[in-house]
Amino acid sequence: MICLGIEGTAHTIGIGLVEDINGRCHILSNVIKIYKPKHGGGIHPREAANHHATYVADLIKESIKKADIEYADIDLVAFSKGPGLGPCLRTAATAARALSLSLNKPIMGVNHCVAHLEIGRGTIEKCRDPVLLYVSGANTQVIAFAEGKYRVFGETLDIGIGNCLDKFGRYIGLDFPCGPKIEKLAEKGKQYLELPYSIKGMDIAFSGLLTAAEQYVKHGKKIEDICYSIQETTFAALTEVTERAMAHTEKDEVLLGGGVACNKRLREMVKTMAQERDAHFFVPSHDLCVDNGAMIAWLGLLMYKSGIRMNVENSHIDQRFRTDRVDVSWRD
Amino acid sequence: MTEKKMIYRGAEAEILLSEFMNIKVVQKKRIPKKYRIKEIDTLLISYRTKEEARLMTEARTHGVAVPIIYDIDLENGVITMEYLDGKRIKDIIEDVDEKERKKICRMIGESIAKLHNNDIIHGDITTSNMILKNSRIHFIDFGLGCKDGEIEAKGVDLHVLMEAFNSTHARYPKCFNYVLDGYKKEFKGDVKLVVKKIEDIVRRGRYRR
Repeated sequence: MICLGIEGTAHTIGIGLVEDINGRCHILSNVIKIYKPKHGGGIHPREAANHHATYVADLIKESIKKADIEYADIDLVAFSKGPGLGPCLRTAATAARALSLSLNKPIMGVNHCVAHLEIGRGTIEKCRDPVLLYVSGANTQVIAFAEGKYRVFGETLDIGIGNCLDKFGRYIGLDFPCGPKIEKLAEKGKQYLELPYSIKGMDIAFSGLLTAAEQYVKHGKKIEDICYSIQETTFAALTEVTERAMAHTEKDEVLLGGGVACNKRLREMVKTMAQERDAHFFVPSHDLCVDNGAMIAWLGLLMYKSGIRMNVENSHIDQRFRTDRVDVSWRD
Repeated sequence: MTEKKMIYRGAEAEILLSEFMNIKVVQKKRIPKKYRIKEIDTLLISYRTKEEARLMTEARTHGVAVPIIYDIDLENGVITMEYLDGKRIKDIIEDVDEKERKKICRMIGESIAKLHNNDIIHGDITTSNMILKNSRIHFIDFGLGCKDGEIEAKGVDLHVLMEAFNSTHARYPKCFNYVLDGYKKEFKGDVKLVVKKIEDIVRRGRYRR
């Protein structure tokens, strides 16, 4: 079975083509195009949606060509139903509906956060029942499977980690996305500057830290040291809540997902934590970590094969689509 | 030297069974974490050890059952305390009948209210952190606790428990309502404000409705 997936929750429009071979996810092609905001700004939802609308058709053609298949080979069209920015979601959904109707193939709207987890399980051999630390611009969640659902064991109480990094980055004049630039600066940092470390149970908060970091800038502390301290503090807290969730759920696998999972320091910390408790550490390849169409396609395929059906009439988007509202019928 | 036996390894600490002046005791030892830098590690371990011991002592004076503390070692992050020969709420809450479940949950709520009446925030109220012994709910692990008089802190504290019930004991959705019943009975402030705060926090949680 071959599924085409369309991702469009935020800055990325992505098309992925996947095929299931013996229950494993085989990626035929996975192409993305990322909207870049104007200097000093964040994502403008309408501009991002316009960007997606401009490129989606070409990306679909490119994905078909790269996968070396015909349109007729597609068995299912999946799209990101949510959570995300309304205009972006609507653009991706519109493309999916058009494709579904013109090819006369079924459609499936999927949860973006769950897709990040399933792509890890689908592509990494030993990854079976992980605790997912999902870290991106808007989302920061610790997710694990319990009693038929992917439940959120911990999450940010205010802003996502990526958003925290972007906000600080913009404050010191960096361009979006600021995470990779902050990572570079942090490598040169030496002195740790104390920052608020805010964990409540398994939840986490970043806004206090952001304010304190901005104060350090005002007081003329070295930018490299501040970036280093921000990374060390926020990532330590993220690693700690992930470990707490692993202890609580008694799972011995941890999976990283989301754009911030590309950060080497965060990977190193979570990997060390996993080693210290004899757990397995998994991280998908870069193109599957960031927002992409292949993960949407794979989750759509899993859902379809488990018997879930959707039609164009009820293929609504859901900006606030919670991870824990998805009935996970495709696994025991 | 007394023989020590690890009985539980949590995310941040080891629980060791040991002896202290010929009494069977539990030692909670915070483990240094290699994943975080020394500066953060040292700071968190000594701060949390001190804060935890302080909050436990205070909770006890306000009639909330906690293990008795015998010794505190800030440098090594060790609290030596009473051994509680009881059952974790997490392990029994699904096995008891609905009447008993209601009773236990109400007791939990009453104890949380006693803590909150004195501005003690536990910080990690989950069913793993409560032990039933001699028909009393004993609270353990004040490791993420603090003193805070704000309604916000009390709301978050209860919200953590609500999430724990929703995620770990999803089959028994009434548990948290029973907890709130007990809380209402004992809480000296305006309960409506706390309940409203919990609703605010639920709404604030991303993508929740």
